[in-house]
Amino acid sequence: MTYIQLNALDLALPALLVVLNGTLSVALQLGLERQLAAAALRMVVQLALVGYVLRVLFELGSPCWTGVAALVMVAAAAHEIGARQARPLARGRAFGLGAGCALAAAGSVTALALLTQIRPEPWYDPHYALPLLGMVLGNTMTGIALGLDALTTGAVRDRAAIEARLALGATRQVAMLPVTRAALRAGSMPIVNSMAVAGLVSLPGMMTGQILAGAEPVEAAKYQILIMFLIAGGTGLGTVAAVLGGVYLLSDGRHRLRLDRLGARKNAA
Amino acid sequence: MLLSVRGLRRLHLAASFDLVSGECVALRGPSGAGKTQLLRALADLDPNEGAVLLEGTASEAIPAPLWRGRVVYLAAEPGWWADTVGEHFPSWSSAAALAERLGLPAACGVWPIQQLSTGERLRLALVRALVSVPPPGPRVLLLDEPTAGLDEVAKAAAEALIAERRAATGMGVLWVTHDATQAGRVARRWLLVRNGLLEESPAPP
Repeated sequence: MTYIQLNALDLALPALLVVLNGTLSVALQLGLERQLAAAALRMVVQLALVGYVLRVLFELGSPCWTGVAALVMVAAAAHEIGARQARPLARGRAFGLGAGCALAAAGSVTALALLTQIRPEPWYDPHYALPLLGMVLGNTMTGIALGLDALTTGAVRDRAAIEARLALGATRQVAMLPVTRAALRAGSMPIVNSMAVAGLVSLPGMMTGQILAGAEPVEAAKYQILIMFLIAGGTGLGTVAAVLGGVYLLSDGRHRLRLDRLGARKNAA
Repeated sequence: MLLSVRGLRRLHLAASFDLVSGECVALRGPSGAGKTQLLRALADLDPNEGAVLLEGTASEAIPAPLWRGRVVYLAAEPGWWADTVGEHFPSWSSAAALAERLGLPAACGVWPIQQLSTGERLRLALVRALVSVPPPGPRVLLLDEPTAGLDEVAKAAAEALIAERRAATGMGVLWVTHDATQAGRVARRWLLVRNGLLEESPAPP
């Protein structure tokens, strides 16, 4: 495959666009310039590093190191899930729930694709396993983070309504059903939206990448369809598991609403 | 004994008392003394220590939803989870008669919750507490200022409805009120929360 190689100057020029955003933030007094600079810097360092890390992992081709890389990715996703909550579950519960659900959902969906559809030799070939896991995991993370945020903010906002039902003898599942439903909808919305507009409004990232790298568009589209299904499956499973787990952690065996298990309020990133 | 409370602890409050069948006890004390905390702990809505027994059976021995179907707590600011009044009742037809007794039209079942006044909400929440739990209905009713802000006519109607239910079913009532006259009217025994302790009071405090 042939594609146009990029040099440092090719990257420096578009970086000016971020500088332009920062300038606008200063001019309009949005106070976003520091966050913007930090995020842009993080993005550059992370992606540059991951380029080198992937090169090494591909050369090694070891199942152990591929597994370690996958676990690091899951841990980072779980950390982000906690960081995106206005009021996360306290004492590591948000991390544990996020990590467990992201690993189970994204891991099983990725393994399914590797073993049944893509079938690389060996099946854990990091060339396939890691990018695939990354795409599924990134979207699953978003679904879980949105779902849990909607659940915890909904439980705080609707506390009186939930406790009114509990006080009349409802179980925690029944009392929390409206906020549970709203949380599941919130978590599923991004993937529903992106499937609905894929190819029409947006050309998804992976397909664009394959086309830029010289792949045949129809082949790239097939891959993208597979990925979209995988992402939808992973996001759905992960969000349902995380929200139901969240309902369980936000209440106790005596069917009480336990808002005391939420951490202090902070501004969502 | 209908309800026995032995060394119940919740936050800074400790309480021991009994309630016999059909009895109404008024609970008074300054704001922030822990009256609401006590009612919530009795309904097992918050983690607590100590023993609460209903007709001899400890709360832990009964599944929490079943316990709260018998020891029913009515919050000072009752919550609503659906859009219209009627949706909050197992069947509005059985609730309408009680709503009418409290001065509300039977047709208020279709009213949107958003448009209710505070007084309408309080009266409807009282009806809901009486008709929503499975038979035989509440054995103990925990009322947190159920008539605060109601006019005298509505207040009298609510008091009469509760007294009638007590006489008919032997339901016990623990009634939090800031109104000394009301405490004298509805109860023959008075409890006072002071310095984290519950004391019997010889007269309406």
